[in-house]
Amino acid sequence: MSKVHVATQINGEVHEFLCEPEETLLQTLRDTLGMTGTKEGCATGDCGACSVMLDGALVCSCLVLGVETSGKEIETIEGVASEDGLHVLQQKFLEHAALQCGVCTPGFIVAAKALLEKNPDPSETEIRYWLAGNLCRCTGYDKIIRAVQDAAATLR
Amino acid sequence: MSNPSFAYCAPNSVDETVELLGALSSNGTRFQLLAGGTDVLVQLRGIDDTPRTLVDIKGIAETKRLDIGADRVYIGSAIPGAVLNDNVELKAIFPGLVEAIDLIGSTQIQGRASMGGNLCNASPAGDSIPAIIANGGVCHIASPTGERELAAEDFVTGVGSNALAPAEFLMGVSFPTPVASSGDAYLRFIPRTEMDIAVAGAGVRLTLDGDTCTAAKVAIGAVAITALVVPEAAAALVGSKVDDAAIAAAGDACSALAKPITDKRGTAEYRRKVVGVLCRRAIAKALERARA
Repeated sequence: MSKVHVATQINGEVHEFLCEPEETLLQTLRDTLGMTGTKEGCATGDCGACSVMLDGALVCSCLVLGVETSGKEIETIEGVASEDGLHVLQQKFLEHAALQCGVCTPGFIVAAKALLEKNPDPSETEIRYWLAGNLCRCTGYDKIIRAVQDAAATLR
Repeated sequence: MSNPSFAYCAPNSVDETVELLGALSSNGTRFQLLAGGTDVLVQLRGIDDTPRTLVDIKGIAETKRLDIGADRVYIGSAIPGAVLNDNVELKAIFPGLVEAIDLIGSTQIQGRASMGGNLCNASPAGDSIPAIIANGGVCHIASPTGERELAAEDFVTGVGSNALAPAEFLMGVSFPTPVASSGDAYLRFIPRTEMDIAVAGAGVRLTLDGDTCTAAKVAIGAVAITALVVPEAAAALVGSKVDDAAIAAAGDACSALAKPITDKRGTAEYRRKVVGVLCRRAIAKALERARA
């Protein structure tokens, strides 16, 4: 089968692209669309570095095919900051030193943003369980959790 | 004529799908059903990357439908776990089943993974499966000759294999709507805190009349090549007041029936013991819910 033509909305803008049927959304974002904010950590849905929002659901883009996104709405890390500046979560990650190499960070930001939009006042346990699908090799997670808690408080 | 490259199609109806599957299987094209993709895409890259036609069943009404009726509850096979977990009414009726599905993977996995897919993937450790069985799940299968039903405990036939014929697919699973004074629960043991594959699992539903148990079903997972119904465990509960002796007997029956393997997650001896413990605790939890 030749490449499939797909039109989808990413961070509010319509994008049209060609992709192989077996190509993942992660590959499409990074390799075809040049949106390299979303990272590949494992390609097996275990690490969460590739996290994006798909029609309002937090998903691993390595487990979604590009062809499945036709007519859908995707939000990636590139859409988190606004013209006014960084999102509160991003600001708190910086203030709390919640990143070192930064590879896991886009996935954590997208996942944490999804949590706070669903539950603006999560307990520490709720935060940790929600983010269980995001792995970090560098920070030991604690600063990430503090950053999310601080962002939640600020946003409230 | 075989298909040397990948292809993707997304049929919109049961009839269209069954016809497509029939055509693909009769011309020898390799194909695979796709719902959430959280098993299919992983296996595609890690185990077998042979090109095939992916048949996306998420666009079919019967796989997306959730019906909570007075007699039966129908859960479409492609509904993501996150959607089921957000359904307050469903969670109130089947807390154990929804918890079992919710245990699968991470938040990201829950955004796509479905109960139907977990069942069809037929892992010995699939978390939804003991809970589906314990709740009397009936599989609704679309086939070229019409639709057929199959009890959930007969659906998984081996490690990674299910009872679907080549041109069939699972539309959804239905359950008897629980009566009052009935409760369900599913518990599993995993080595870490989250996201692991079950080392042992137990699903229970029991129904009370006053303080006597009048109906029960117990299923265990991850301790044999498929999830197993444990009739002796249910027999120990039915007619009893679900006292410690009955619960202990049920737990022992689970341990006795288990045929676990030893692997990196645990020894056979450990799994045999833990499944009995989980059975007892799941009974206690189902009992609490039945009394509530």
